[in-house]
Amino acid sequence: MSIFESKKLGEMAVGTKIVVYGVLGIWTFIVLFPLYWVLITSFKLPIAVSGGPFYLPFVDFLPSLHAWSYIFFDLGNDTFRPYFNSVVVAVFSTLLVMITGSLAAYALSRFTFRPRLLTILIFILAVALVIVLVAALGVNWLIAVTVGVALAVIGAGMFRRTPSPTLGNPDILFWMISQRIFPPVVAAIPIYVMFQQVRLLDTHVALILTYTAVNLPIVVWLMYDFFVSIPKDLEESAELDGASRIRIFFEIILPLSKPGLVATSLLVLIFSWNEYLLALFLSTANAQTMPLLVAAQNATRGPQWWYMSVLIIIMIVPVILLALVLQRFIAKGLLVGAVKG
Amino acid sequence: MEHTPLETWQTRAVDWFDRHSGRLFVLPASLLILAFSIFPLIISAWLALSRFKLGSEGYELIFVGWNNFRKLLFGSEQYHLLGTFMPTSWLGWLIVAAAIVLIGWGIRSFVTSGHVTVMGTIGRLIAFGLFAALAWLFAATIGDKGQIGSLSTTIFYVFLGVAIQFVIGAGLAFLCSLRIRGRSFFRVVFFVPLMVTPVGIAYTFRMMADMTVGPISPLWHWLGLGGFSWATNAWSARLVVVLGDSWQWIPFMFLVMLAAFESQPKDELEAAELDGASGFQIFVDITWPSVAPVAATIVLIRMIEAFKIVDLPNVLTNGGPGIASESLTLHAFMQWRALDLGASAAISYVLLFTSTIICVSFFNFVVNPARRARQ
Repeated sequence: MSIFESKKLGEMAVGTKIVVYGVLGIWTFIVLFPLYWVLITSFKLPIAVSGGPFYLPFVDFLPSLHAWSYIFFDLGNDTFRPYFNSVVVAVFSTLLVMITGSLAAYALSRFTFRPRLLTILIFILAVALVIVLVAALGVNWLIAVTVGVALAVIGAGMFRRTPSPTLGNPDILFWMISQRIFPPVVAAIPIYVMFQQVRLLDTHVALILTYTAVNLPIVVWLMYDFFVSIPKDLEESAELDGASRIRIFFEIILPLSKPGLVATSLLVLIFSWNEYLLALFLSTANAQTMPLLVAAQNATRGPQWWYMSVLIIIMIVPVILLALVLQRFIAKGLLVGAVKG
Repeated sequence: MEHTPLETWQTRAVDWFDRHSGRLFVLPASLLILAFSIFPLIISAWLALSRFKLGSEGYELIFVGWNNFRKLLFGSEQYHLLGTFMPTSWLGWLIVAAAIVLIGWGIRSFVTSGHVTVMGTIGRLIAFGLFAALAWLFAATIGDKGQIGSLSTTIFYVFLGVAIQFVIGAGLAFLCSLRIRGRSFFRVVFFVPLMVTPVGIAYTFRMMADMTVGPISPLWHWLGLGGFSWATNAWSARLVVVLGDSWQWIPFMFLVMLAAFESQPKDELEAAELDGASGFQIFVDITWPSVAPVAATIVLIRMIEAFKIVDLPNVLTNGGPGIASESLTLHAFMQWRALDLGASAAISYVLLFTSTIICVSFFNFVVNPARRARQ
């Protein structure tokens, strides 16, 4: 009998156990060591970094708070402003995307939509017209949009009775989710120009709206799966009692989908908190977010590892604490969508 | 019952709102997508076909047709997007041979499947066409003096990165799904890297991979590699980018696969164990089929996100050495910063087409069959 054969049914053999715990232990080390290194680097003097490698505080090198005091006191507002920006942008875009995304997901899971292809075609033609007017003929964009909207409404009304093929809910759902495939860089320049036109470049509003749109597909997809799994009886009885749809949504559906809401919000919050590319396009000084500040520590004098480490730590600590608190929801909530497919 | 005019107006508004609530619920989301995704996409297409010029009074856009694409695919910018072409080496021929075998196998299984449809044929023509083109591109640029461009680099990041992440993530999840103690501890710890900002990861990995003062530098010197710098070698620079990306995303694969392993049919497992089936046999016959649909789905999700990689190569290697580790998004961003908006939009369209075709093909050829097999 070798050590890899178990003695009892459902028990692991000693050898297997050693291998399993060994692998898991090694991976724990791989996950934690880089974070440990960042933590001790934040307490190192420049000389302790360049003369290194030094592994243990008080043994290899004397820890110092110089980097922390530089970030918090010398830089002061130059640290707090991006931090505040990041918090505002992440929190508000998460709120906004959760509201719009869950509303859409709920509607798609409960109502039947039959958008007519003809109406969509008319709408596309109107959009094309607006673009030609603005881009090629130099018409003021406000006038062009007004003309476009008016023509689309009139056109849709005129052809309302013309027979046309229709789309269904799965098509709309697919349309919304598939937006995630589009690389943000495709949309970045037009979004930049758009915000420049309405003078919102380098503001919180620009980043909040953009992140909301970017994260919308994730929310619609995860929340749709969640809403579908909630039985409809409760709503039907509430409807018989005369409750309005919006009340049903806020008072019955949302409380029931708490795990899904929490997990999805956390995911979306992490994405907005860490986003880099679009912030690079849309913000310069006023609305600068933390990832940009971290990236900017690669100064002309070479990377300032100690300052960087402090910034990285103050960026990840709140998110990790949040995730630890919400841990029990994540396992339940986030996985509904993916596991069901 | 008496109603004041104001009340009737109010009830009517509420009524109207309630009757149209379905449409009103979908409206904000649709408007956001139109404004931030569809509309910009159209403008980008138009930008890709024009030249941006800064003049004395603002800027002007001149329509130039396919010029931007021609320059990138065949002209002066070809080395950047596609790479430097060199005579094919043995590695190139190996890639070509592998591609021919794979495509041949794909065609054969399609023809013999008995479901030959027009849409199926068109889809396979596009998918296999792109696949053959990419294989040829790798083969033609990977030689000794050649240099692969940002398109091939992105493909390299996506395929190697997602493969590493899936294998390690699923492996760890499988180990955690066994009867072990401390599962919740591992679940919490393994989740952490997902929350670290990619820019932070890039700097952390620069520190970790520093060969003179980094934590593994003693080991490096001991191996006699002290003089080697990963940042000056194209392939090692790309590899470090993949490692950083993997460190961040293995947790995602791990979490979802763990849930999948935990939800596999318990009764079947116990029955097989009682029958004395070996662990390997149980895995092949019961566990794998039950998690395959989830596995295919999360690989697809990861692929979609991996095509957009930009923060890591930008901060970790600044795209270098030279242009060696530039991804398509970073390439487009560099062109934007150089005020060549036309080229930037054209590059992002190359990325859009490549990632869409690959992701849709993966969905049709891998995710869907995996789900159907389970039903």
